[in-house]
Amino acid sequence: MNLFVIFFATLFTHNIALTYFLGMCPFISVSRSIKTALGMGLAVVFVMTVTAAINWPIYYKILVPLEVEFLYYVLFIITIAALVQFVEMVTERFLPVLQVTLGVFLPLITVNCAILGVSLFMVLRKYSYLESVVFAFGSGVGWTIAIIAMSGIRSKLLFADIPEALKGPGITMIIASIMALAFMGFAGMVGI
Amino acid sequence: MELNYMIFITPVLVMVSIAAALAGLLAFADKYIASYGECKIVINKGKELIVEGGNALLSYLVDNKIFIPSACGGKGTCGYCKLKVLEGGGPLLPTETPYLTKQEVLHSVRLACQVKIKRDVELAIPEDLLAAEQFKSVIEKIEDLTHDIKRFVFKLSGSSKINFKAGQYVQFCIPDTTEFRAYSIASDPGTKDRVELMVRLVPGGLCSTYMHEALEVGDEACLTGPYGEFFLQENSKKDIICVGGGCGMAPIKSIINHLFATNAAQNITYFFGARQKKDLFYTEELERFEKKHKNFEFVPALSEPAKEDEWTGEVGFITQVMQKHLKYNKNQEAYLCGPPPMIDAAIGILTSKGININDIYYDKF
Ligand code: FES
Repeated sequence: MNLFVIFFATLFTHNIALTYFLGMCPFISVSRSIKTALGMGLAVVFVMTVTAAINWPIYYKILVPLEVEFLYYVLFIITIAALVQFVEMVTERFLPVLQVTLGVFLPLITVNCAILGVSLFMVLRKYSYLESVVFAFGSGVGWTIAIIAMSGIRSKLLFADIPEALKGPGITMIIASIMALAFMGFAGMVGI
Repeated sequence: MELNYMIFITPVLVMVSIAAALAGLLAFADKYIASYGECKIVINKGKELIVEGGNALLSYLVDNKIFIPSACGGKGTCGYCKLKVLEGGGPLLPTETPYLTKQEVLHSVRLACQVKIKRDVELAIPEDLLAAEQFKSVIEKIEDLTHDIKRFVFKLSGSSKINFKAGQYVQFCIPDTTEFRAYSIASDPGTKDRVELMVRLVPGGLCSTYMHEALEVGDEACLTGPYGEFFLQENSKKDIICVGGGCGMAPIKSIINHLFATNAAQNITYFFGARQKKDLFYTEELERFEKKHKNFEFVPALSEPAKEDEWTGEVGFITQVMQKHLKYNKNQEAYLCGPPPMIDAAIGILTSKGININDIYYDKF
């Protein structure tokens, strides 16, 4: 399948945050300012791409030949968790600059369902290695676009008069759903 | 039918070997990448701690019995664990910025729970924080002071003694949580084996509700302290003005008791503000003091006395009463304790009465 189509689809028609509603926890809690949203987004892009790139060979080179595909849920989670740990240690030691912008977010996304979701979709949709990596990268970028848009809206919300009961996560969920409706406008442009 | 054992063995083998590979990777990383060797923590240019690097600064300090206030238990959400990291702290992290003012950033103040130790660091910790200790204690007495304020007396276990200055506070640790709340010490600094606190029931407040509802005489409790920059300046001979309502009574009571215990000669005036008579407490005791010590005056004031109170004393906000009562005199100092708006208003009045702003000490809560 055309790599460009996959990339486009992950950004708009199949946005991991707004179409599948995955990765909602950081989406709601870290979207207060554009700066932190961007940091979180970059961390997600990075971890998604790397984990998909590692999980693909684990699935196709180890699980499939040995006919134990059903283990993939457990194994994907373990690899994601271990990898994030590892990456965190490496950035902390060798890339202190990156650590300042990304570091604090890395542990937060170890258990993010969007990350696992991407690895699972990659298997379900039978992507090739290259397709998987592009898909994962695109999904991360799509998630970042969504959270930045959300934080932009929320920064305007600071001055709005919101009913007491809806303050914080309440209004954010409502906005997320309206954004999702808007993204439905892209539906049908491309398919994956 | 012959059973194919492989369908059991392969998954287990696969799981185990992949998990082992990853664990090996992490163990390797932990040993060679995340280890920073021995680091030296120098405190106030004197005391040195040699530690194995890699963890948060706060945890090393706690390990070495230096109790920095930390209400959230190191999660970076309370902003209490501030101290100056003069060297080796690395760049300021996004998790810290929300809790630091521009001033503090300029003076290299950091959150101890967020700074990781990766090389030698140099810290500046206020001496009084270094003096803080952790105390095990048993509740000896609980009594009602008003309808919503209780008095707790903690007897320190064993022979431990607390050395504090009149006006300082301790932190009460809520059992089975990592939450702390700060309460001013109401007892006299001369009493070193007991700590007395006054706790107002805050509607919906976790700690005050726990203390009011669940604590009983004989329960064990853990306190850390003493903390705080608000305390009696013992060497000053200036006349003293104390202002405090509600639980603000606690540090002021400690200050006044201490002054009498040391036979202070200067004039002392205590303004106590409350809404109604049911919010007043210790009145008789303070009035007794007034009779006994010529240099002490107690001025309670009610802002909204109820009919049945039959109140003949001062009426109005405590600040109005101060305005009326105080004379212009440069040679005075003031100790204020209470909610921020009251303190701000009181400072305005005190300075207009000639008191130097540097002679006004306060504790906002
Ligand atoms: S301990 Fe609460 S912010 Fe550091």
